[in-house]
Amino acid sequence: MAQFGTAAPTFRQKLLRLNWELVLLIVLTASIGFAMLYSAANGSFDPWASRQISRFAVGVALMLMVALVDIRLWLRGSYFIYGACLMLLAAVELKGSIGMGAQRWLDLGFFQLQPSEVMKITVILALARYFHGFDVDEAGRLRNLWIPVLIVVAPIALVLRQPDLGTAMVVAMVGGSMFWLGGARLWQFGVVAAGVAAAVPVAWQFLHTYQKQRIFTFLNPENDPLGSGYHILQSKIALGSGGLFGKGFLEGTQSHLNFLPEKQTDFIFTMLAEEFGLIGGVGLIALYGLLIAYGVFIAFRCRSQFARLLAMGLSVNFFLYVFINIAMVMGILPVVGVPLPLISYGGTAMLTVLIGFGLIMSCWLHRDMFINRRGGLA
Amino acid sequence: MNSRDSDRQRFFTRRAALLAGGQLGLLTALVGRMYYLQVVESERYQTLAEENRINMRLLSPSRGRILDRFGVPVAVNQQNYRVLIKSENTPDVPAVLDRLAMMISIDADEKARILKEIRRKKKFVPVTVREFLEWEDVARLEVNAPDLPGVTIDVGERRFYPNGFAAAHILGYVGAPRREDLTGDPLLELPGFRIGRSGIERAFDKPLRGSAGASQLEVNAVGRVIRELDRQEGDSGRDVVLTMDMELQRTSMRRLGEESGAIVVMDVETGGVIVQASTPSFDPNAFTEGLSNAQWRSLADNERAPLRNKAIAGEYAPGSTFKMIVALAALEEGVVSAQSSFFCPGHIEVGDGKFHCWRRQGHGHVDLSRGIAESCDVYFYEIARKVGIDKISKMAMRFGLGEDLGLDVPGERSGLIPTKAWKRAVIGQPWVLGETLVAGIGQGFVLTTPLQLATMTARMVNGGNPVLPHLARDVVTRGEMAERQDKDFTPIGVNPRHLKLVMDAMTKVTQDPSGTAFAARIRQPGMSMAGKTGTAQVRRISQRERDDGVIKNRDLDWKYRDHALFVGYGPIEKPRYAISVVVEHGGGGSSVAAPIARDVMTATLDRDPARLAPGADVAGLRGPNPQGS
Repeated sequence: MAQFGTAAPTFRQKLLRLNWELVLLIVLTASIGFAMLYSAANGSFDPWASRQISRFAVGVALMLMVALVDIRLWLRGSYFIYGACLMLLAAVELKGSIGMGAQRWLDLGFFQLQPSEVMKITVILALARYFHGFDVDEAGRLRNLWIPVLIVVAPIALVLRQPDLGTAMVVAMVGGSMFWLGGARLWQFGVVAAGVAAAVPVAWQFLHTYQKQRIFTFLNPENDPLGSGYHILQSKIALGSGGLFGKGFLEGTQSHLNFLPEKQTDFIFTMLAEEFGLIGGVGLIALYGLLIAYGVFIAFRCRSQFARLLAMGLSVNFFLYVFINIAMVMGILPVVGVPLPLISYGGTAMLTVLIGFGLIMSCWLHRDMFINRRGGLA
Repeated sequence: MNSRDSDRQRFFTRRAALLAGGQLGLLTALVGRMYYLQVVESERYQTLAEENRINMRLLSPSRGRILDRFGVPVAVNQQNYRVLIKSENTPDVPAVLDRLAMMISIDADEKARILKEIRRKKKFVPVTVREFLEWEDVARLEVNAPDLPGVTIDVGERRFYPNGFAAAHILGYVGAPRREDLTGDPLLELPGFRIGRSGIERAFDKPLRGSAGASQLEVNAVGRVIRELDRQEGDSGRDVVLTMDMELQRTSMRRLGEESGAIVVMDVETGGVIVQASTPSFDPNAFTEGLSNAQWRSLADNERAPLRNKAIAGEYAPGSTFKMIVALAALEEGVVSAQSSFFCPGHIEVGDGKFHCWRRQGHGHVDLSRGIAESCDVYFYEIARKVGIDKISKMAMRFGLGEDLGLDVPGERSGLIPTKAWKRAVIGQPWVLGETLVAGIGQGFVLTTPLQLATMTARMVNGGNPVLPHLARDVVTRGEMAERQDKDFTPIGVNPRHLKLVMDAMTKVTQDPSGTAFAARIRQPGMSMAGKTGTAQVRRISQRERDDGVIKNRDLDWKYRDHALFVGYGPIEKPRYAISVVVEHGGGGSSVAAPIARDVMTATLDRDPARLAPGADVAGLRGPNPQGS
């Protein structure tokens, strides 16, 4: 059966088979983002929308390039990419601790790279590669699990020192999902959960005051409406006052009068919900749901374990962005600084998400390819 | 595809499906949360959003003016030029302040205050540098505007009294509300808002204030105004129209000059007060800007009490101006008639006491008419002894003495009309006859205010109609201005024949060459005044001093000299105006008070609205028109 599928598709085939409808969904979502950035600047392309559009254009090109690369190349290079990114992260940590305190990016001249963002994807790559080499029952053995645990813990440790609680949690959750998909046993999750529960009081001691404050404010924002609780409260006011149909494009009073903080980045969903109401917000969530479902669907269709794990892992990563950001602006989760993918203003997150989709598309293009455990054709 | 791979695929599919299911569940939870916030709780958040964005700002209403009976403004609002500085437009605030200080004086304390205020406030909120700028200063600042970035001049309102000292006691003054004045009315907390502190300004403060307007402003998160959404203009305060004639008031103040004293001129038909002068006075404009401590001390410590309204709060022994009351009491009791006469040898002896007439050599045989015209003390000792203190006091009270007359500005004093019961209750001693004699010439315990003396005279000459004095055309009831209702006065029930006798005697005072105020009679044709002089002793003259010759007033310290008094009315044939004059420590009533009264009455008759502005709507003019038009 399906002899043809085992062969590497040609470039032409790839271009034809590329899931352009997914590209269309991505462009649609990003366009909503441009509109919101236009609105955030009180009806102006400057300073955010125009720059976001050009970045998106670069990002889409990059995404297509990533998609067209033979998936085996990604498999073979995954440890290297992971390692390089970890070094970068360590470099930021080193530079940051000497220099500016909580600096989280490398200045690359044309844009500032946040290695912690890229790290999420490389962790997925590395773990997909690792679990690709094991059967389910083998993968669940403890002696086979310490390497992937290291793969996850190393960046978390670095990110936590920065300190960036949000990214650390996302990496942990993405890593956990990969373990879950790769073959870790249920009881192992139980042990980890119990361990985490036991560690929380200890970890609390190591949290920065501002991190503790964020958790306190999250638990009771009304307590300090003009201080730390201001963001959450104002976000809820803006969102709640949007009502069912919203106040209309460019008509969001709370965001335009600057009551809403960070409206172009972390709180952009609030602005959308204020201007387009429940209808607009749910519409966007549905769009995201579709994008996530696309990844899941592709994962189901892949014949190689690597592609499955990669597509599903990236889809989970995307979901986590969406969920944490929206839950955060609605006051379900503490404010941890996770952007809304494809919409929030910001270079690294945009590139990371697009590269992620590039990899998902690469999985799709090479879905019928059997890959042996070393990375060759089966 | 080998079986291990298909195992792996089944495992993956199962777990991925669970994961995807979980994600779907979480996304659904987000939708649920959105529904809760945007539909269930929407109304609450919409209210919060409105509160966030809309800021109400009160607009201070213009204070109502105060006008005199001819409509001449006597308290107005002037433009108050203020220099403001907005730090967001000022690159270097201290440097600009230094430059400003070269044009308008700003001392170091002021500068520190301004810098502190700038630091405390948001940078787009203007801070007041100086108020009450002169026009030249404004012009100089305008010319130098390019060197003063962020400096603006704005116009507010300040209270101004064009006549300054002349009517300070009537009009009062305004000042910033004190803590105890704050009733929760946000108007009072507006910067620069002033409330009435005394006089008409205080009594009519509520209607004068008006009601605040409001401006609904859209503001952003830091409070910067984006635009005005709605504006409701407030209502300016109501104007208060007085019965006073400002021109006459100024004449009266000028006539009192350096003396310390008071003049009241009243319409005998309505009780409308036309003049109410009190000297020395103060400048109410100084209060608007706020007095310095030194200024306040010099006003408060002055022995001539410039802050006290002597016309209503100065209590003086009425002296001989009280004699009409004693005469009316005696006539009513029937102890004397117009024809009864007594012999005045210059003094009488009652018990152990010797009571002197002002004229040492005596008046000889004196009847009621001469008694009043020549102010014979012995005559009044005799009739006071016959009628008794309680009857005299009862008569005095019917004429408004010894009571608060309810004038429409605060600060009135009630004076004192003694009775036997009063002395027993307050001093704890029985009344003695000698005190009745002393009271018979308006000395001793008897105390009256110039306002009461004018009211007394008015009631004597208007046929016993108990008019009450008032300064404003309208009244304030429950904070609102309302038209004054003419009261139906029950006449005080004095026999008109007795009143006629007294008025004839008062006419003799100025018209008969023997009268005490003949020298101060009005000589202008068509004008006339009758009256009664009074000289109130403020010290006790010992027997030895009498033997050696009483020390002349001018040889005494100011505060030991006699008070000079005069009460009168004019014109004689058809009384329209009552007047009372008190000059503190001024000397004799006939030599000091009567000429002042003559001049003020002449001016009053001259400015009678019927002559000056026939048919005009003049405040306080509701009684019969004297000239009959």
